[in-house]
Parts: sequence; structure tokens; C-alpha cells
Amino acid sequence: MTREEVIAGLAEILEEVAGVDPADVSEEKSFTEELDVDSLSMVEVVVAAEEKFGVKIPDDEVQNLRTVGDAADFVLKNL
Amino acid sequence: MLLEGKRVLVTGVLTEQSIAFSVAKIAQEQGAKVVLTGFGRMSLVERIAKRLPMEAPVIELDVTNAEQLAGLAGHVRSYVDGLDGVVHSIGFAPQSALGGNFLDSSWEDVATAVHVSTYSYKALAMATLPLMEKGGSIVGLTFDATIAWPVYDWMGVAKAGLESTSRYLARYLGGRGIRSNLVSAGPLRTMAAKSIPGFEKFEENWVERAPLGWALSDTEPAAKAVVALLSDWFPATTGEIVHVDGGYHAVGA
Ligand SMILES: NC(=O)c1ccc[n+]([C@@H]2O[C@H](COP(=O)([O-])OP(=O)(O)OC[C@H]3O[C@@H](n4cnc5c(N)ncnc54)[C@H](O)[C@@H]3O)[C@@H](O)[C@H]2O)c1
Repeated sequence: MTREEVIAGLAEILEEVAGVDPADVSEEKSFTEELDVDSLSMVEVVVAAEEKFGVKIPDDEVQNLRTVGDAADFVLKNL
Repeated sequence: MLLEGKRVLVTGVLTEQSIAFSVAKIAQEQGAKVVLTGFGRMSLVERIAKRLPMEAPVIELDVTNAEQLAGLAGHVRSYVDGLDGVVHSIGFAPQSALGGNFLDSSWEDVATAVHVSTYSYKALAMATLPLMEKGGSIVGLTFDATIAWPVYDWMGVAKAGLESTSRYLARYLGGRGIRSNLVSAGPLRTMAAKSIPGFEKFEENWVERAPLGWALSDTEPAAKAVVALLSDWFPATTGEIVHVDGGYHAVGA
């Protein structure tokens, strides 16, 4: 899976779970501040990402995933 | 198996960290057929329900919604023909009623905390009573309400009320052979706990002081106690609070 595919996948999830416009999603955007994803939505984004990419994102790791790029890095490293 | 053939309704699953998730998982492993209720973020609850050993059906239930409570037994009946156990794993207080704001919390916010966290125990019991027979067991979760904690504030008052409510349910439902008990758990890193500002204050002290130690991310010990109380192995126990806290409540500084 390429980096672009992971980001596109994350954008799909963000739209479905938190109503984020896919056009707003890019590497450097932070989930909480810039994309306005609240903490419960973030939990669902993580769960949905685990399902979509077949990775396990530990609870302790979530706080380190500040931006879409951070999440993509994590997914690609753990595929 | 502890719950062979039993039918159990479990409320309060939100994430995999939820105490209720462990309860549902262990109940299934012990032979129970589990039905869940979910609140608010139903899409999340449904995703999490798929992560149980056996996917469980999810019924929407806001425990403060009289209409949903009235319809609950009917919905449960579409999955199981009765209930042997009901688990209440629900708590909520508005931010202004937590985190050191005790002296300034408004009645409206306190009332919300008590409605969701205290009165709901009775409300859930009554909503499911038509499905329960002699031998039925209702189990809830508390956080030791005998003393005043930092930051827990009106949630602590709501829990004191919950502990009393459970004793009254024991009194009023005992004649029908139905038990009501609580598990008093130590601090666990769930969504509910993370939403209490300053909850870390409990953590270090608990881990150090509890005679058995305490794992802040392990909901299994509390869940096992819930399952045990649901089972036929506490047939003469009601109105009880079982501490699953590493022994913290039993020792001084
Ligand atoms: N986490 C702890 O440290 C701890 C310690 C002792 C007791 N408890 C108790 O355990 C129980 C479960 O909490 P948890 O720690 O697993 O957290 P959690 O956040 O996973 O669960 C709390 C649940 O309450 C539900 N809820 C809130 N308002 C509701 C409403 N109006 N109607 C229906 N459901 C509603 C939420 O949807 C959620 O599923 C609570 O009663 C809590 O007070 C927790």
C-alpha cells in the first residue's frame, strides 16, 4: 500500500466518522485542532483505521498521532 | 462454564477499554448469550461489538429516555426469550460537576449526573424486570463512595446514591428471587475516567498502596467479578459491594 493510498483511506474514514470534507485532509493537518475531530470521534477513527488497514493501534500510541501524516507513518510502519 | 446457557444484557460498551467490553467478552467465554445496549455513538459501539468472540446485537438505549426504556424489553425479546442477568456499566457527570468544581456545580448538572449514574440503575432494573425470573442477577459498577476523593466530586455523590439504590433494589426485588450487587473497581483508563480532569491523581497512589498492586489498563479483574456475581455461585448474596481494587480499600496510608 502506498502513502497516498493510506492518506486517501484516512480521508474516507474521517468523512464517514466525523463528517470531515476529504478535500480538507492532508499530511500536516492535525486531527483535533484543524480537522475538529473530538475525542470520541478520534476513538472511532482509530477503530475504523485498524479495520481498514489491518493494523493494531495501541491506546498509548493514539496520543502520538497528532496529524494525518503521523497516522499514515504509523500505519505504513505497522502494515 | 460459569454462565452456561445464561442470557445476559450488558450496557455500557463504548470502546475496547470499557469495563463492559470485558464483561461481555468473559460472559461469552463462560457460555452466555450476550445482548448489548449502546448509547450515543452507535456506529462505534457496533464496530466494537464485532470485536467480541461472538458478535453481539446492539440495542440503542439512552438510560434517561423513558420511551427507550419502555421499549427495551420488547427489543431484547427479539434476540433472547428472557434474561438471567443485567449489567449496568453506565456513568456520566457534566464537566462542571467534576474536577474540583464541587462548590460551584449547579443543580441542573448534579441532577444530570444523578439521573444517568444513579437513578438509571433502578430504571434499567424495572425496564428489564418483565424478562427476569427467580435466580436473576443485576450487577452495577461503583467507585468506592464511602469517602471524599479529589476531583471525583458529584460523581462521588452519585456513586453513594448508586450504592444505596442497589441495597434498596436488593430489598424490593429479593422477594422475587432477584439479586442486586455492585463491583467497586479501582481506577481504570476508560473513556469515562479520561473525561475526569485530574483523574491521574488516583493512579500512582493506588498502584503503590494496593496490597496486590493495581493495573490501570486491565479491566479483566473487575469484569470477572461481575461475571461471578451474575453466575449461580453467589445465590445468597444481594445488596453487596465486592471490591476489585487490589485491596486498596482495606488499608491505610
Ligand atoms: N474507569 C474507572 O476508573 C471506574 C472505576 C470504578 C467504577 N467505574 C464505573 O464503571 C462503569 C463503566 O465505565 P467505564 O469506566 O467502563 O467507562 P466507559 O466510558 O467505557 O463507559 C461508560 C458508559 O456509560 C455510557 N453512558 C453515558 N451516558 C449514558 C446514557 N445517558 N445512557 C446510556 N449509557 C450512557 C457510555 O455510553 C459508556 O458506554 C461506570 O459506572 C463507571 O462509573 C469506572
